[in-house]
Amino acid sequence: MEKEKLFCKGGGCTAKLGAGILSRILSKLPQGPEDENLLVGYDSKDDAAVYKISDDIAFVQTLDFFPPMVDDPYTFGKIAATNALSDIYAMGGEVKTALNIVCFPEKMDLNILGEIMRGGAEKVIEAGGTLAGGHSIADSDVKYGLSVTGIVNPNKIYTNNGAKPGDALILTKRLGVGIICTANRVGEASVEAMKAVTDSMTTLNKYAAECCRNFEIHACTDVTGFSFLGHLHEMMDGQLSCHIHAKQVPVFEEALRHADEFLLTAAGQRNRNFTGPFVQFKDIPFAMEEILFDPQTSGGLLISLAKEDAPALLGKLKASGLPAEIVGEVLEKAEPEILVTN
Amino acid sequence: MIKVNAIGDACPIPVVKTKNAIRELQGGGTVETLVDNEIAVQNLTKMANQKGYDVHSEKVADNEFKVTMTVNAEAAQIAANNAVSTIEEESCPITPLNKKNTVVVIRSNQMGNGEEELGKALLKGFIYTLSQQDTLPSTILFYNSGAYITCEDSASIEDLKSLEAQGVEILTCGTCLNFYGITDKLQVGEVTNMYVIAEKMTQADLIVQP
Repeated sequence: MEKEKLFCKGGGCTAKLGAGILSRILSKLPQGPEDENLLVGYDSKDDAAVYKISDDIAFVQTLDFFPPMVDDPYTFGKIAATNALSDIYAMGGEVKTALNIVCFPEKMDLNILGEIMRGGAEKVIEAGGTLAGGHSIADSDVKYGLSVTGIVNPNKIYTNNGAKPGDALILTKRLGVGIICTANRVGEASVEAMKAVTDSMTTLNKYAAECCRNFEIHACTDVTGFSFLGHLHEMMDGQLSCHIHAKQVPVFEEALRHADEFLLTAAGQRNRNFTGPFVQFKDIPFAMEEILFDPQTSGGLLISLAKEDAPALLGKLKASGLPAEIVGEVLEKAEPEILVTN
Repeated sequence: MIKVNAIGDACPIPVVKTKNAIRELQGGGTVETLVDNEIAVQNLTKMANQKGYDVHSEKVADNEFKVTMTVNAEAAQIAANNAVSTIEEESCPITPLNKKNTVVVIRSNQMGNGEEELGKALLKGFIYTLSQQDTLPSTILFYNSGAYITCEDSASIEDLKSLEAQGVEILTCGTCLNFYGITDKLQVGEVTNMYVIAEKMTQADLIVQP
């Protein structure tokens, strides 16, 4: 089969609607009677919904799909699936079943769709889950993703907002994926950088989550479209503040160069508009600011745990080959909410 | 002048097209870029601000914005002169994106934490110095005990009136004036509410808190 290419226009998590618009709409939705078994829902801005079915089992539900951000269909399938599966890991759960979500133009070569879904299916298997069905729609552009169901012990859920003052913050993947994919669309990204970000985007957060298993994790989220600072802001939940050491934040070096060339996404600017007011930068170069607002597709886990436990977890993460670093610490609520220094 | 049509282009294409046009300018000039969304305007403005180009933007129709950059090889001084002439030539209302939208937030009647006497003197000095800056903020917000600064007996009334005369919006939290019982003592600017305070802060490019 001849190698077919996908047409990308602002794909991946850069295609997400802004947090500002969303929170306005969500706050106006009608609310039915409360179900006490719904442990995590809309209210907590968390990664997935969690519903308790017995004292030791709750199911975790999540859904994620987006347009292509790389031109190879098989790679796109892997990235979209890795990204969708990630929310289960960010809640501390394990993957059980997944359903395909497909939008595909009628006139396009169906072999392309086959390649996308092959990539996705491989990742579901790697996650230890079963692909159980799906739904396809004829549409003008390609979009793909998964609806994933997992299970978790209700007493061991990693929520977004359980961080405690004194905690250390660990990030498990490099930042700058959005900027490098954007640079790639205009022919500026190097082959090496694209390979590095692709490897990162197709690495399941399963491995980071497994490292966390024997630690007491206070809060966890995956860093995706709302950027590192956006997801960090959600984690602070209006109750805490934090100090980030920019020099310790793992980044794709090439992304700094592209940021200085203003190869920036609309989603990154939306992130700056929404989260910027909560952040104070001290002597941080413009390019690094942009990377901290950069929407990540299939980004890493952002983990908050007791400072004493952090070095041991970091050691485990590094030993499993992840570029994880301790990037900052959680503090009592103060102004600014997020302080970024070198 | 070079015109760039980036209608229908997703970021970063408008920036890429504009950069290419700037490269074609021989020894400086103006590039005018048309885009169809506000975020693209902000990304272009961000680039211009970082590069030190004069930048100016306006909404010309629904879903159509014009961003004008004036680029000169001889950097700052010439760019500064151009800033004035561009606005005059276009003779259109200044949109918030014309310059960096800076909001100063005065959260208490003192600057910093420490001795009250020192804190009050520092804040008076800060507001005076602010009124002498070349680039003024678009808005100054006063809340909590900061509300005392816009009221009778404040040492900063003259400086604030001077800022207001230069086009700076002075807004004081109405709930705070009411709480401290000084609503009838307001000497400068307008009374505002939490909706406006939140909006001003979320829409600012830069928030300054002394």
